[in-house]
Amino acid sequence: MPKVLIADDEPGILLSLEFLMKKEGHRVFIARDGREALALVEQEQPDVLVLDVMMPHLNGLELCRAVRANPVHQAVKIIFLSAKSKEADIRAGLEAGADAYLAKPFSTRDLVKRIADLLATE
Amino acid sequence: MTNLTLLLGSMLYLAFLFGVAYWAERRSRTHRSVTNNPYVYSLSLAVYCTAWTYYGSVGRAASEGLEFMAIYIGPAITAPLWWVVLRKMIRICRAQRITSIADFISARYGKNRTLGVLVTVLCVGGLIPYISIQLKAISDSFGLLTGQTGLSGGGVFLRDKAFYITLALALFTILFGTRKLEATERHEGLVTAIAVESILKLIAFVAVGIFVTFGLFNGPGDIFRQAANVPALRQEFSTGPGHTTADWFWYCLLSSTAILFLPRQFQVAVVENSDERHVAKAVWLFPLYLLVINLFVIPIAFGGKLLLGQSQADADGYVLTLPLLHGQQALATLAYLGGFSAATSMIIVETIALSVMISNNVVMPVLVGRPRWYRWFGAVSSVFVINVRRMAILLLLLLAYGYYRAVSSHYSLVSVGTISFVAVSQFTPAMLGGLFWKPGARKGALVGMLIGISVWAYTLVMPTLVPLGWVPAHWLTVGPGGLGWLNPQALFGLTKLDPVAHAVFWSLTLNTLGYVWGSLGSPQSPLDRAQAVLFVDVFRLAKQGQEGPTVWNGQAKRSDLQGLLTSFFGADHARRGLDRYARRHKLTEDQSETDAGFVAYTERLLAGAIGTASARIAVAAVTKEDSIAPNQVIQILKESQALVSVNKQLQQLTRQLSEANEQLKTADRQKDDFVSTVTHEIRTPITAIRALIEIMHDSPELDRETQTHFLGTAIRETERLTRLINQVLDLERMESGRYLFVQTQLQLDDLITEALDSLKPLIAEKNLRLDLTLNCQLFTLLADRDRLMQVLVNVLANAVKFAPDMGGVVRVESGCGPGTCWVSITDNGPGIAEKYHGVIFEKFRQVQEAGPAEKTLSAWKPTGSGLGLAISKRIVELHGGTIQVLSRPAAGATFRIELPGNRLSD
Repeated sequence: MPKVLIADDEPGILLSLEFLMKKEGHRVFIARDGREALALVEQEQPDVLVLDVMMPHLNGLELCRAVRANPVHQAVKIIFLSAKSKEADIRAGLEAGADAYLAKPFSTRDLVKRIADLLATE
Repeated sequence: MTNLTLLLGSMLYLAFLFGVAYWAERRSRTHRSVTNNPYVYSLSLAVYCTAWTYYGSVGRAASEGLEFMAIYIGPAITAPLWWVVLRKMIRICRAQRITSIADFISARYGKNRTLGVLVTVLCVGGLIPYISIQLKAISDSFGLLTGQTGLSGGGVFLRDKAFYITLALALFTILFGTRKLEATERHEGLVTAIAVESILKLIAFVAVGIFVTFGLFNGPGDIFRQAANVPALRQEFSTGPGHTTADWFWYCLLSSTAILFLPRQFQVAVVENSDERHVAKAVWLFPLYLLVINLFVIPIAFGGKLLLGQSQADADGYVLTLPLLHGQQALATLAYLGGFSAATSMIIVETIALSVMISNNVVMPVLVGRPRWYRWFGAVSSVFVINVRRMAILLLLLLAYGYYRAVSSHYSLVSVGTISFVAVSQFTPAMLGGLFWKPGARKGALVGMLIGISVWAYTLVMPTLVPLGWVPAHWLTVGPGGLGWLNPQALFGLTKLDPVAHAVFWSLTLNTLGYVWGSLGSPQSPLDRAQAVLFVDVFRLAKQGQEGPTVWNGQAKRSDLQGLLTSFFGADHARRGLDRYARRHKLTEDQSETDAGFVAYTERLLAGAIGTASARIAVAAVTKEDSIAPNQVIQILKESQALVSVNKQLQQLTRQLSEANEQLKTADRQKDDFVSTVTHEIRTPITAIRALIEIMHDSPELDRETQTHFLGTAIRETERLTRLINQVLDLERMESGRYLFVQTQLQLDDLITEALDSLKPLIAEKNLRLDLTLNCQLFTLLADRDRLMQVLVNVLANAVKFAPDMGGVVRVESGCGPGTCWVSITDNGPGIAEKYHGVIFEKFRQVQEAGPAEKTLSAWKPTGSGLGLAISKRIVELHGGTIQVLSRPAAGATFRIELPGNRLSD
């Protein structure tokens, strides 16, 4: 059962994503800021990270880089979900080590499919 | 002393002067100029003191008493005005490359050739006699020292020493003054030599004065006592018999104009001036020189009269005869050299100045306009100009010599000198008008001067021809043809003035009237008008840092202009001149067509060498000038005159524009930030709403409880969206000033209580302690109730939010002073670093600034829209109040709101 970590500071988004991932049959972990997320990554070794970019304490990009810097997490799939949708923002996200970048508001069906694809490439 | 010794001595002295000049030129070439100081400048001005001063003053004093003084008092009392007049002349001449007074007048009045010729002719005509009396003085002093008086050589000029001295002087002048053609007609060597001569003549004259006063008499007291006993001398203690105050006035006026407009004075004071600041010192140094050199005139004159009165000795020669008769050979020789200095310095400078006028204002304008000129002389133009000047010098001196042989011997030094002075004073209206009066026009100058010259010739020159028998003597007694009002020395029955004062009065008065009449009666030509502005406004134009308006319209090829310069200055010099222009105006080499500015520059360079009128003709010959309509000129001039104000306005505008631009840039950046932040803030709730709805759509199996939960969340998110949009709109309305406030009479304390009521649940939830001190019951303010409530709730909610969960305290205080009330809201939360005190009131700034280390600010995000404080600040400010934050990290935060209002009892 793949483990999915969702990090966002918006309760409404957390609520919906948690439900969605559980429905897909993943084990879900929730973090409300970057620091909490990093701790959960170390602790739970999730397969997929679904990250907001702008979060308190440690933003999504910093979190992503921190995760990639650790060879242990080479295989983890990272998806950004962000309201920042400019070309430069997307490039910054991918350069930080993400596998996909979805602009908010995104389609949940699209997100589900992306995660399924990413898990299948393994 | 023998002829030969003295002749050799004189030549040796000239050789010494030449050495001095050579030395000075060499120093100037190595940039160690000796003339670039006010002392040498002032001494060079003393070329004013000629043989007339040196010998003539004593002669005049012996017969007329103090009258000789007028010629020195005039310049001395008007010297302070030089700072205004002379400095302006210097400035103009430098800017326009003017090298003589003829060129000055010609340039001022539309670069007119006729005027240049007229001034030159008047100068030559007026000054030949003046030069001739210098020759006479040299010759007479020579005769006195060698013991032969009268014309030597039995009337044959080939055996006359004076003739050879004249030739020697011509050679010397040519060597001094016409070495090469320059764009600035300056001769540092010459000036230095003149200064040395000025020192020598001063020393020699004072030495003779001391010898006579203290050697032959027992001091000045003794001389005056003895003179008082002689009836003929006693009357000279007054200003002289038959002299009125009016005479003195006209003499002073005459001399004060002569010192400025005599060609030699113009040469040393204006053309040779190296720094206009030197004028400041010359203003008192030169009068001092005049004082010292005149100190012993009366003692020598009276002493001579007392000791030699009975003999036939000419009073003009006292300076020499007194030492000679008392066996003082050495002193007499020194006195001779002093007189020789006075005469030669005048001759040299005057003939150089005149030769430049003749070449630049008479000869060159005729030649340079002809196409053939370039075929014949093109390559050797400069040599040609120099040779013209050399010929002119020789000719002038020969003419002066001839005049001396024919006429001067009949007159005293002073009488001939004053006639020259009056001739030169005819430039006064045209010069002063040209300097200070823009309407002064070519026709006025021409008419004025022609009238002036005519009156001068009639009233002063003609009477001198009577003793020669050229004019019937009865003209001076009963008038020509018995018409008394035409008597040249009493025109229109004016008999109260002495002949010179009479001539000055009539010539200058009629000249001035003619000048004004002619100027006002004729329209100025475009060029005339442009030159008037360049001259009169020279200081103002310089302050603007521009060369003034260029009235020229047409086509010119750079190569043609360069060719023109090359033919007069040589290839190197021309190239340098052009490079200077190109550098100053940042031009590139390959522009073959040039602009009006370049043409004007070429013309100015050329003007320095061959005169303004000639330069204009020469330039016109190689360019294609289109005629300029008068209204076009007026436009050019208006533009240049308006430039100062336009410049200022432009600078102001530029400053305002760049400020506005900066503000716009900032505003634009802020707007971009704002839009992107608002978009972001809208995306977030929409994302949640969309996700929730999609899930519900895709999950028909969802239980009722989850559905309600999801829908409730979606509703809250839509409320958040609505709030955000309302706030953005509010803010936009307030910022654009379109927000309407509904103002009512309120009490601050009531409002605070009400706001706290709405926050009670929150306060209770966090278990906070509330300290309330309200002191503003009797105070009313005029405000929009809902808006003010919004501010209070916002600030109070922030305080509640940031107060710690454990032991949180919120303190609310209110108070009032005269015309103002305040409320301060304090929490004991994390506080805000000082650098964010301004930032927190900006739109969305807490989001922008939120970094991992900025706990305080980033912590705001979960609940705030980021617009609350920005809106609060706007509302408070629109009520005429202020909102401030006082806080330090970890020490809580205080927000203080102050609003204007009135105490109830007021």
